[in-house]
Amino acid sequence: MQFRHKIAGGDFAKAGNVASTVKKILRQLNIDHTVSKRIVIALYEGEVNVVAHAYSGIIDADIDATRIKITITDKGPGIADIEKAMEEGYSTATPQVREMGFGAGMGLSNMKKNSDLMKISSVIGEGTVVELITYINSYGG
Amino acid sequence: MTIKEITGIIDGKVICCEEKILTSVEYAFASDLMSDVLTIEKENLLLITGLANLQTIRTSEMSDISCIIFARDKKIGHDMISLAKENKMILVESPHSVFYIAGELYKAGIKSIY
Repeated sequence: MQFRHKIAGGDFAKAGNVASTVKKILRQLNIDHTVSKRIVIALYEGEVNVVAHAYSGIIDADIDATRIKITITDKGPGIADIEKAMEEGYSTATPQVREMGFGAGMGLSNMKKNSDLMKISSVIGEGTVVELITYINSYGG
Repeated sequence: MTIKEITGIIDGKVICCEEKILTSVEYAFASDLMSDVLTIEKENLLLITGLANLQTIRTSEMSDISCIIFARDKKIGHDMISLAKENKMILVESPHSVFYIAGELYKAGIKSIY
C-alpha cells in the first residue's frame, strides 16, 4: 500500500493531519499497537519539522507485510550540519514554533528512537529528505 | 482513579467527552513541552498542561493520552474541542496551577512516569 500527502510549511493548524491519517490506517491494518505508535510518533515529529522549518513538503508512505517506509521530502533551507541537528537540545526553531510546544531540539533524536532505520540527506537552500523504516514484526530487534 | 474522581479533586470542569469520565488513569505527566510528551512510552496517562493550542491535542492523539487537564483556566478553542471529540479525548479545565494539580493528584495516588 502506498500513499502520498502534501504538507504546507508554516501551517500549524494542519500539522499532524498526515500522522493522524496514518494512525487510522495502521489501526485498520491491525498493526501491533507498540509498533504503530512508534511509526506515528516518528512521522508526527517529521511532519512538525516540515511545518516548522520548510516551505512545503511531501510525505510518501509505503507499507508492506514486513515494514513501513516513510519518506519526508521538503523544500526548504536544508540542514547545514546534520550531526549537530541530531544532538538533543540543538534547535534553530523560531519563537512561534516554541510557542506551539516544540523547538526544544528533541525531534530528530526522537524520530531515530522511534524508527529502526533513519537516513537524512540535505542540500542547503534546496531541502531535506528523511527516510524512516520501521519493521512491523521486530520491535526492539 | 477515574477522571470523575480527578475532576472532583482539582475543581475541574469537563469541556469535552463527559460520557467518558469513568475512564481510569494510572499515570500523569505535567508539561508545556510537547516534544517531551512525545518521548513518553507509557499508556494510560493524563497530561497536565498550561499550553492550550491545537498541537496539545494532536500530540496527545499521537501519544494515546486519553485526558488533558488545562491549568489556570486556559482558553480551550473550538478547533481544539472538535479535534478532541474526533479522538474521544476528555478535556478538563481547572482554575488551579500545574503545580497544585500535580501535587494533589500525586497525593491521591496517581503515579509519576519518571
